[in-house]
Amino acid sequence: MVQQKSAARTLFTAFNYTFLGALALLCIAPLVHIFAVSFSASSAATAGLVGLWPVEFTTKSYGFVMENDLFLRAMLVSIQRVALGVTIGIGLCVLIAYPLSKEVKDFRFRTAYVWVFVFTMLFHGGLIPSYIVVKETGIMNTIWALVLPGAVNVFNCILLLNFFRALPKELLEASFIDGAGHSSTLWRVVLPVSTPALATITLFAVVGHWNQWFDGLIYINDPKRLPLQSYLQTIIVQKDFSELTAEDLANVGIVSDRTVKAAQIFLGSLPILLVYPFLQKYFMSGIVMGSVKE
Amino acid sequence: MLLPGLILILVYSYGPMAGIAIAFQKFFPTTGVFGSKWVGLDNFEYVFKLPSFANVLRNTVFISFMKIVVGQIVPIVVALLLNEIVRKAYKRTVQTFIYLPHFLSWVILGGVLVDILSPSEGIVNHLLASFGAAKPIFFLADNRWFPYVLVMSDVWKDFGFSTIVYLAALTSINPALYEAAVVDGANRWKQTLHITLPGMVPIVVLMATLSLGQILNAGFDQVFNLYSPIVYESGDILDTFVYRLGLVEFQYGVATAVGLFKSVVSLLFIAGSYYLAYRYANYRIF
Repeated sequence: MVQQKSAARTLFTAFNYTFLGALALLCIAPLVHIFAVSFSASSAATAGLVGLWPVEFTTKSYGFVMENDLFLRAMLVSIQRVALGVTIGIGLCVLIAYPLSKEVKDFRFRTAYVWVFVFTMLFHGGLIPSYIVVKETGIMNTIWALVLPGAVNVFNCILLLNFFRALPKELLEASFIDGAGHSSTLWRVVLPVSTPALATITLFAVVGHWNQWFDGLIYINDPKRLPLQSYLQTIIVQKDFSELTAEDLANVGIVSDRTVKAAQIFLGSLPILLVYPFLQKYFMSGIVMGSVKE
Repeated sequence: MLLPGLILILVYSYGPMAGIAIAFQKFFPTTGVFGSKWVGLDNFEYVFKLPSFANVLRNTVFISFMKIVVGQIVPIVVALLLNEIVRKAYKRTVQTFIYLPHFLSWVILGGVLVDILSPSEGIVNHLLASFGAAKPIFFLADNRWFPYVLVMSDVWKDFGFSTIVYLAALTSINPALYEAAVVDGANRWKQTLHITLPGMVPIVVLMATLSLGQILNAGFDQVFNLYSPIVYESGDILDTFVYRLGLVEFQYGVATAVGLFKSVVSLLFIAGSYYLAYRYANYRIF
């Protein structure tokens, strides 16, 4: 494109670069600040001396968190939850999306089934009935309460369904002519060429399961079985820091309520920060696939 | 193949829909749905007469509406500005940073906000003080501030992610239009005014229409992690209200009634917005 080099244009460009740079920093500054607090001495943190860089660098807060049995258990529960939830969720998604990606002439009740699934996106029974159903099905206080109720993610199924429909028809026909049935076509032909779509929904499912906290809060009563985000919710947000008594503070000296919370916030977001680079590679196409269609 | 998914969805999505019966009952967990007494619309009558209900409804719509408006304008402007960035690496770095908060949970971000907005230790009030502010602001414990903190922090979390859609829309504008405009002597600003903006209108209308379906969702995760009894007056929304009524005060029937009210109104709004989007923007979900 032809660029015009007027004074106004130069001025705008300078402004634009600065403004967007500032905006980008604004988005991560609070997170960097918490990171800095978590590595700072408690006195400096309380006095408000910490900006974006740790003051009197120390890892004592992390040491304190790492000795916390409940925190480690919660981390383990979360890892378990992600592994189980994502495997089941993606498996179900594939099993739902494949038949529903067929035309009506191949699968007569397709439209009816699609509506059965889509309707759950439009209307919910609400919090209390859902709670009672989970209770009645006897999965309260087990990891299944975190995995099963939300196992079918209709939005992800639709993303995958749309992807399957966009695959070239000839590919599937060739497979059927070679004598393959639906299951081997799905397994050997459709899935291998669907890696980008699968990667997108897998990463979304990982992030979703890791970040989910409310179900843990209401379905799990035993503190030892809480997933990490629910555990963090109870200690960070509910401002209840009962485990850390005044004596503890006096003994440890250098950690404080604030630096320990900061350390836990950082550790709680660490897995997301680790998968983020991979995530970013895929979600652009995934989101566009889901939101804007011709 | 559909069977496992179908069973799960029947139990955990359609099961609760049947549980809506509780809204018309004086429900006790011990007697269950079948043994509880039917009371008709008593629960609805009771809750609609509560003064707090009108307040909660007003808060919900107000907060949600503000989020929709600001949450649309900011990403559109950012997408337009990002589109003017020529350096690929710079653009990508900015994008990486502004998308990030979207992927963190409201528990994490709630923790961050509680820390930075704290009146005594928070960095925001320290900064304000260094600029000469006399008194610290109780952002999360002041009814004048709280709704705006909700709106601002929600926009902060998600504007980056929303820009993706608008950036995608920008790339789909026919480049030939710009070439023609350059030949006609239009500068970059004129091009934006006469080509880019009109080109974005359909997607903007689409996103606005679709977001209207969510008008009663003011953001449970966010509010729940930031509010406290002091700011119930300005920050309590339908979802948090249902949570407290039902799972804290154990008024199952009443809470389900409020939930049902929300679900029905939401369904109407979502169905309406999908219809409009389909009718005028040719949008389909599958």
